[in-house]
Amino acid sequence: MTQYLLSVHSVDGEAGEPMTAEQMRQVYQQVMALQAEMKSAGAWVFGGRLHEPGTATVVRMSGGEVLTTDGPFAESREHLGGFYIVAAEDLDAALAWAAKTSAIIGAPIEVRPFQDDPGA
Amino acid sequence: MPSAAPQPGEAETGRIFREESGRSVAALIRVFGDIDVAEDAVQEAFAIALAKWPGDGLPPNPGGWITTTARNRAIDRLRRESRGRELLSEAAVLTPGNDDPGVPAEAGQVDDDRLRLIFTCCHPALSTEAQVALTLRLLGGLSTREVARSFLVTEQTMAVRLVRAKRKIKAARIPYRVPEEHELPGRLRPVLAVVYLVYTAGLTSPAEPGLCPEAIRLARILATLMPDEPEVAGLLALLLLTESRRASRSRPDGSLVLLSEQDRSRWDQGLIEEGQAILRRCLRRNQPGFYQLQAAINAVHADAAAATQTDWAQIVALYDHLLAIAPTPVVALNRAIAIGEVHGPAAALALVDELDLDNYHPFHATRADLLHRLGRDSEAAAAYQRAADVAPTGAERDFLRHGGRAAR
Repeated sequence: MTQYLLSVHSVDGEAGEPMTAEQMRQVYQQVMALQAEMKSAGAWVFGGRLHEPGTATVVRMSGGEVLTTDGPFAESREHLGGFYIVAAEDLDAALAWAAKTSAIIGAPIEVRPFQDDPGA
Repeated sequence: MPSAAPQPGEAETGRIFREESGRSVAALIRVFGDIDVAEDAVQEAFAIALAKWPGDGLPPNPGGWITTTARNRAIDRLRRESRGRELLSEAAVLTPGNDDPGVPAEAGQVDDDRLRLIFTCCHPALSTEAQVALTLRLLGGLSTREVARSFLVTEQTMAVRLVRAKRKIKAARIPYRVPEEHELPGRLRPVLAVVYLVYTAGLTSPAEPGLCPEAIRLARILATLMPDEPEVAGLLALLLLTESRRASRSRPDGSLVLLSEQDRSRWDQGLIEEGQAILRRCLRRNQPGFYQLQAAINAVHADAAAATQTDWAQIVALYDHLLAIAPTPVVALNRAIAIGEVHGPAAALALVDELDLDNYHPFHATRADLLHRLGRDSEAAAAYQRAADVAPTGAERDFLRHGGRAAR
């Protein structure tokens, strides 16, 4: 099994119409059902939604001192909005999870393999 | 004892080797689970073949000889490396019951290997460029230098592209298997597109005529391996019918000859008959698709003994159908040309002028021809100029510079 990062990217200013409470409830239910499906299939490793990039902090070493700066690492319009880590037999299986996720949340998903299988 | 085996020269050895090597690469990828190991081993076997075949004569089963020789080389090499010993033990797991991990598989399995390999090479997670390069390199047996030359990039650029693609296959675990029935529509499309692209690359770059037969060879393999897929048969029929006219498509100086001006007695009747027979069989399934319809249009042209006898109404009907399933501006342009033959140039021009194809030189060449037929000569000249400006290759550009007529 290989682990894959399924990441959801959002672009500033490209958010569509705000969802109604009813739509949000439906999406939430579908996401919960998908996560339950991942768990019962043994694919679930971890997943979560992130707060907006403005809540990020970057820490770096500078001249032996810890330098802390406010804001995200990359000055970009595109941000990581959330992710899943799934374990899958091969890329096709990982892409199938990504397709299901994308269909629910209506956003593209990037699928990227992890270098080592920590379970091996 | 004198050997009765034919003794191939170096060029002949290269040709036979290239035709057989795709099977061997595919079989060894299954055995060792690693593309690089398979590729390197087959490359080593080629060096041995070059040294042995011209003197010793061709082995009775060259394909089997390549697979066995390459497999033994790979095992020798892997035993010397620790990572290799790991791979070997994994390979042994893949073929349980055999101490020798490289036991030659039966014919059916070997064919399945090639099918697996083409679906891996043309996986939608790879770029089209990478798909084409991998297919030509691994299945077609072309060297990296030959693949590079076919696509007008340096050998270095192509080598990097191939390494990157193979790395992605390995790291992301792009599977080595034939897709299941329900996945096939989405997975077959890039496979057919790659073969078609290889053919058109050969057709439009006269420096690489070898790509055309290579594409036909790949299409034949696919048609043999997937006899129940009408679009696979449709692609083979399309390539055969197009190939029947390839020799009459250009003059010795490389300039293009329009379909209506080609010497039809030079069309290859054998290829036409084979293409039409394949097409008739697949159309009977009544699942027309992009390649079948294009093949059908080519078959109508092939039926006309003279350009004036072309059944353009039938061609318009086929383009109507094609446009419904593939609504692209290029299909719409070709449909407009056919409509021009039935309803006259004014009707065609009205359709053509609606299309957004400014960087596609056939668009301007078509406009130029229609304007010329309508007696609007200065507009026609401007359109030819625009076509020449955006045309990619020397021969086509020269053709257009001369107002759509060959230089005399």
